[in-house]
Amino acid sequence: MRRIGIDVGGTNTDAVLLEGTTVVRSVKRPTTADVTTGVRDALAGILADDGGARIDAVMIGTTHFTNAVVQRVGLERAAAVRICLPAAASLEPFIDWPADLRDVVRGPVFLIGGGHEYDGRPIVPFDRAAMRRVATEIAASDVRSVAVTSVFSPLTSESEDEAAAILAELCPGVAVTLSSSLGRIGLLERENAALLNACLRPLATKTVKAFEQALADSGLGAPLFLTQNDGTVMRAAFAERFPVFSFASGPTNSMRGAAFLSRMTDALVCDVGGTTTDIGLLRNGFPREANSTVEVGGVRTMFRMPDLVSLALGGGTRVEGDPPVIGPKSVGYEVTRLARVFGGDVLTLTDVGVARGLAAIGEPAKVEDLAPALLDAVSAWIRERIEATVDRMKTDARDVPLIVVGGGAFLVPEKLAGVSEVVRVPHHTVANAVGAAIAQVSGEIDRIYRDLSREEAIATARRAAEDNAVAAGAARDTLGLVEVEDLPLAYMPGNSLRVRIRVVGDVAGV
Amino acid sequence: MRTIEADELTALADGAGILGTGGGTHPYLELLAARKLYAAGARARLIDASELADDDLVGVVSFMGAPLVSKERLPEPQSVCAAVAAMQDYIGRKFTAVMSIEIGGENAFLPILVGATMDLPVVDGDAMGRAFPEAQMTSFAIAGLDLFPFALADIRANRMIITRSASAKWTERLGRVVVVELGSIAGTCKAPRTGAEIKNHAILGSVTRAIALGRAVGAARAAHADPVAAILAHEKGALLFRGKVEDAARRTTGGFVRGVAKIAGLDAFAGRTMTIDFQNEFSVARLDGDVVACVPDLICVLDAENSEAIGTETLRYGQRVAVLALPAAPIMVSEAGLPLVGPRAFGFDFDYRPFAGRHAA
Repeated sequence: MRRIGIDVGGTNTDAVLLEGTTVVRSVKRPTTADVTTGVRDALAGILADDGGARIDAVMIGTTHFTNAVVQRVGLERAAAVRICLPAAASLEPFIDWPADLRDVVRGPVFLIGGGHEYDGRPIVPFDRAAMRRVATEIAASDVRSVAVTSVFSPLTSESEDEAAAILAELCPGVAVTLSSSLGRIGLLERENAALLNACLRPLATKTVKAFEQALADSGLGAPLFLTQNDGTVMRAAFAERFPVFSFASGPTNSMRGAAFLSRMTDALVCDVGGTTTDIGLLRNGFPREANSTVEVGGVRTMFRMPDLVSLALGGGTRVEGDPPVIGPKSVGYEVTRLARVFGGDVLTLTDVGVARGLAAIGEPAKVEDLAPALLDAVSAWIRERIEATVDRMKTDARDVPLIVVGGGAFLVPEKLAGVSEVVRVPHHTVANAVGAAIAQVSGEIDRIYRDLSREEAIATARRAAEDNAVAAGAARDTLGLVEVEDLPLAYMPGNSLRVRIRVVGDVAGV
Repeated sequence: MRTIEADELTALADGAGILGTGGGTHPYLELLAARKLYAAGARARLIDASELADDDLVGVVSFMGAPLVSKERLPEPQSVCAAVAAMQDYIGRKFTAVMSIEIGGENAFLPILVGATMDLPVVDGDAMGRAFPEAQMTSFAIAGLDLFPFALADIRANRMIITRSASAKWTERLGRVVVVELGSIAGTCKAPRTGAEIKNHAILGSVTRAIALGRAVGAARAAHADPVAAILAHEKGALLFRGKVEDAARRTTGGFVRGVAKIAGLDAFAGRTMTIDFQNEFSVARLDGDVVACVPDLICVLDAENSEAIGTETLRYGQRVAVLALPAAPIMVSEAGLPLVGPRAFGFDFDYRPFAGRHAA
């Protein structure tokens, strides 16, 4: 199988060609403002000397949608429909959003009767007449995207599905995001995720179409997949509908790539970039997921995201004065122009690394004058920062291996407290693109089960998660369990158990 | 009487989160609901118990149900207002003020939401001084006061009054059955309390205490000082342990989440282990096997990084935590109090023991 993995970062667009489990070729190209030109350039680079053999799949990871939310650009106004009355009326949709974002995206807001109890009973019957009035009003407005959220919809999406059918009938062409397809219990956070998704829908469609065009222009007929926060991929058509699932795909891809390149499944990963270092924990080859709410562009959400700690430490981090003040300022991607070893006049961590003999890049002569005491102080600072974060991310006191990737990987010392071994891998500077290339397909479920034994509840949840994975493009016979978490619930009758399960498998039919 | 200012709401939420001792969590949704009322011009007023006449009546309010349901249904103060109205109708008298049953967790905000909506002042007090899992674990029950009549209401048009119950335990049992039918969340108005009963048997000053606690933590954070030290100084508590969560085993029995958290020591506590039993709230802390703090004293687990309270349901592997013990109100550790809220009331086979340094404080 031959796959191309592409990671569109803020600075570089990296691409790799993977044949089976071998990295055949890799390239780095600057990311362009329109994103797709960079992808086209990277594809041209990767295919330049290729014999023209079939490419089976192209996987793209992009931070484009996160950036759109953070920078408040390219977003569409979205309507909010909440099916909840008489419940959940105390806090309206878009509450506690940063004002500058809310002003850009808030469309009309509707609260109507319906929704369910924790055990699947309706709170009150779904108010179809009200939903038809809402749909008529949306059809008459200029809003083209709607987020629908119903109380306890992760348990039963009945009301949301009915609302979607009415919207399809009365305002065809309007993009509909159902909160139940985004998962987690917690109405406000789930609704926020659905609303963010709704305001990204037009941009997602445009971006995915542009990626597909870039593939076609490059003469590729291979199916396109986009990578998600959990290290798996979704079909392009699915990605168009769920842009929020790609929010944290960049760091996730690095971690997955690190696992693949090192052939390790349980380790810490340290990805040193130009400005920041991300440290996360691999468990069964996947990043451990954050368990709590995650803020995106100031909006509180809760859906699958990797648990990461970011440090202001990178190849471009500035070193100023003596005794040195290190960071958090960084020259970022301009390190190859501004750092001393590259003829610039800014002292960076890269310069210190070169002076220490850790990397042979640029002109080492330009940093020969650095005082040993300064080098020692900077090295000690790097060590302390990484050791403290490693310790924080570990789940027990045992020493664990640390896989180091990214352009600044050489800055990580060979011996670290709490680390059994510092693992360096080939192709580490394009680990993110490798992670994209190897990605599989996943399915998730988060539901409450009553009056079932723990084993029965988990088995039932697993079947539902497997169905979701197959719907997202996985081959059923390759599915395996990645994560299972069960939580007994307080003050609920009949041994209520909340089960969260995730399965993954290979891309089907490729 | 004074107005609770908008900037005090955040401090109250932080303070109530800490006093929730793992069961009640940080009342984020309730804080948003209160801010929304404030933005619309409503204000809650706080009154000291001494301002009540002996024959005034106070409505004691709380939510009853599963915390998880609130995460989907969002706070429903209208159900509590309905319970308060039903109780007033039943007894044929109006309340002078409202008060929370517990200052720990989400319930701390209820009287504020209800008071601002129904234009009733909020009594500066509660009946637990913290959070507890069951409705009979209150200073009123300890004082032997009747816990009926008891009103429950939901967001539909359902209203119920338990006119009489055989014991405090029965009020809790009957109430739970109804609450489950209503969707595992209901607004409740407990037995009306006279001004005299509030003055004699409530835990007074709780709202002021929670706000001051939240302020102390906020000030320490802003000054990059140690919030744990600020809490200890403010509450006359003791630091029990610093460490890293190694395991959190949970199971459900009798409608409660019970379990044990295991924490491995760091810094001065390196090489030592703390285990904490919980039954919705943290109930017993053991250091290397020996009990070092237990109910009714408050055992609080705080995130070592930001000093936010960690709940029994949000405990997870790898968290860096500080474990604190804070003294319970005197009535809770009294001879009458311990049988209802001491370790034996939670199924432990040992008597209450104060944490080290409790009396020195």
